Amino acid sequence: MKKTFKIALTGAAMALLMSSGSVLAGARDYVSVVGSSTVYPFATVVAERFGKNTGSPTPKIESTGSGGGMKLFCAGVGTAHPDVTNSSRRMKASEFEKCQGNGVTDIIEVLIGYDGIVVANSKKAKQMSLTRKDLYLALAAKIPGPDGKLITNPNKTWKDVNAELPAVKIEVIGPPPTSGTRDAFSELAMEGGAKKFEALRALRKEKKSDSIMEMMDKLGIPPSAYNKKGKKVFKAVTHALREDGVYIEAGENDNLIIQKLEANPEALGIFGFSFLDQNSDKVQGSLVEGNMPSFDNIADKSYPISRPLYFYIKKAHIGVVPGITEYAAEFSSDRAWGPEGYLADKGMISMPVELRAKYASDIKNTVPISGL
Amino acid sequence: MINLTAASREQRIRLGLKKRHRAERQFKFYGALAIVFGLACVFLLFGDIVSKGHKAFQLTYINLEVTYDQDILGVNDPTDARQVSLGNFHGAIKAGLKNRFPEATGRKNKRELYSLVSNGAGYNLRDRLIENPVLLGKTIKIWVIADDDVDTYYKSIGESDGPFTGRTSEQKEGWLKELIKAGDIEKRFNFNFFTEGDSREPELAGIRGAAMGSFYTLIITILLAFPLGVAAAVYLEEFAPRNRWTGFIEVNINNLAAVPSIIFGLLGLAVFINFFHVPRSVPLVGGLVLTLMTLPTIIISSRAAIKSVPPSIREAAIGVGASPMQVVLHHVLPLAMPGMLTGAIIGMARALGETAPLLMIGMVAFIVDIPSGFHDPSTALPVQIFLWADSPERAFVEKTSAAIMVLLAFLIVMNTFAVVLRKRLERRW
Repeated sequence: MKKTFKIALTGAAMALLMSSGSVLAGARDYVSVVGSSTVYPFATVVAERFGKNTGSPTPKIESTGSGGGMKLFCAGVGTAHPDVTNSSRRMKASEFEKCQGNGVTDIIEVLIGYDGIVVANSKKAKQMSLTRKDLYLALAAKIPGPDGKLITNPNKTWKDVNAELPAVKIEVIGPPPTSGTRDAFSELAMEGGAKKFEALRALRKEKKSDSIMEMMDKLGIPPSAYNKKGKKVFKAVTHALREDGVYIEAGENDNLIIQKLEANPEALGIFGFSFLDQNSDKVQGSLVEGNMPSFDNIADKSYPISRPLYFYIKKAHIGVVPGITEYAAEFSSDRAWGPEGYLADKGMISMPVELRAKYASDIKNTVPISGL
Repeated sequence: MINLTAASREQRIRLGLKKRHRAERQFKFYGALAIVFGLACVFLLFGDIVSKGHKAFQLTYINLEVTYDQDILGVNDPTDARQVSLGNFHGAIKAGLKNRFPEATGRKNKRELYSLVSNGAGYNLRDRLIENPVLLGKTIKIWVIADDDVDTYYKSIGESDGPFTGRTSEQKEGWLKELIKAGDIEKRFNFNFFTEGDSREPELAGIRGAAMGSFYTLIITILLAFPLGVAAAVYLEEFAPRNRWTGFIEVNINNLAAVPSIIFGLLGLAVFINFFHVPRSVPLVGGLVLTLMTLPTIIISSRAAIKSVPPSIREAAIGVGASPMQVVLHHVLPLAMPGMLTGAIIGMARALGETAPLLMIGMVAFIVDIPSGFHDPSTALPVQIFLWADSPERAFVEKTSAAIMVLLAFLIVMNTFAVVLRKRLERRW
């Protein structure tokens, strides 16, 4: 027993020694990628192909969310910080400034393609045909009432929203506010629907504080909601979803939403296009503005709810950490992001050829963005 | 009069007895019901997992005639490792498919055809050539891994609502039916699942990388947590004076044991990564974080084990002239060891199943290469389950359940080991 104890102690000491060794070493021979969980399924395929084809270490890809990725990416230069961050939205000006402040000055921006957001229901039910206005009237916490003032959303069935829709109870399962899918949905579908109302559209455009206050008064928004720009008030009003049980938050797992839709054919679900593509036997995408969510419709923008996907490269790490340019080159090759590439197989919607050429050359010539 | 009261008392007792027996039976029944309910839940869970997961232990293969054509491969010297590694082996497989189904013409059709076979099949072909260089220029019949859509389709044949054709076109289904007729498609045991790392192609994904990550992480944890925990327990039980300070420490240890594990992840991020600059995502930092998490458990169980050694042993040892240290090392520790080990194993089992603290230190990541040490980026078994459960590809559903089965197997083995150890070595005083 005494011997075992001694062995254990020596082992522990050894482990501690090794740890101090690694602290000193610090070098990294693999690319470290962080960022959006929406880009994750695409970035991982590229990383794997890159590793298997070249025999160099496969890049490590963490799914931290777009915002979390930017935070890690902009924290500084050096092998302790990631080389690439994925994002399901463009880098914000505030994030760019933070990067600059931490010495991450040269950032290469690459647009990789688009992702569609679908509103789907079980195949057991009838396919729906919705407009963004319908979605807004069904899901927003407050909608314009008959007298022009905002009222708590009274709609119970889809028929209340739009007389052409069936008299089915409104029930929508979707992602929580922390998710990028939810951000994009709010921005593209909810704002898009709200803009159909004259008063709200005017509020969005207005910049003068007096007239904003006046408009808010007309809409019945309490003055306390005021925060300088009309756009912000507009956002606060339109992004708030119902909390009376009509909109059900299902966590970040899109597979779970599909399971719930199967169990409840009356419900609609909101998730990424790739999940629809993989589960086309269980769920069907609703038409939005008369267009099916399909590869072609999302690529040519006739399907309105889609968002761009990006990744950003830290130029200072090129040449320090091996494989960054090669990884980016694999990403920007036609066999990856082309319309028939393997990323399309995974559900990503590819860009027109001019954009692909532009970003591929940006990577090749390491052209950083000058500002946002 | 007196007799009457005696009789009535007896009757009253008898009546009461009946009631008491009934109450006892009910009490027992409720207890049994609780157990039955618990077992039913466990069986439901296991049944669901096994019914989904057992499919992942099989993989669909397609029998294909492939030519090691020098022109297609771009290889003329099979012993040149560099040349072979750059060879277009997938091209050779595509050519084989085209030979088999010459009716596929046009870009779209050909793409459909090529998607019958996994992207990883070429690597298998390459490995064969490296093993056996004389194959160059020859044509062989080989079983190649089918694509995950084909795998899902083939496995779902015979299910009540028919095979899954969501991602299989009619033409592709026609080819598959032809293959089935010719017997050129079959399910085999999925060795890849146990020998490969993670992959975004479900048919190539394996659990090995995650299992090795868990292994290295737990090695660090046990090496640090066990000696530290035992030392702390021995000091607190045998040497520390009983005063306000030790009382304070005791309360804190008990509190720490109940702290949610994500807190330890945050602590690890702040201390080990941001302050000591240990790299992210490596088993070393994972092990350190899990050490913090399991330490309180080990200290508490070790103290209980030391407490259960009867004072007479210590007194006898002191009586024959042993020093306090000798008492502890020669008598108390060996007698308390089984209890301590049991506590340690249960602590380890908990650490094995932990994901939340690893989230903060970057071990929730896509890692293909199998880690070969404490400094290679890696994930852990529960993290792998989490990542697969979140993947869009439908074939990952069965992989997720299979990974859960593997994790459960490990947990059951560890817990059984703890029980056996306790039964074997335990002494009753």
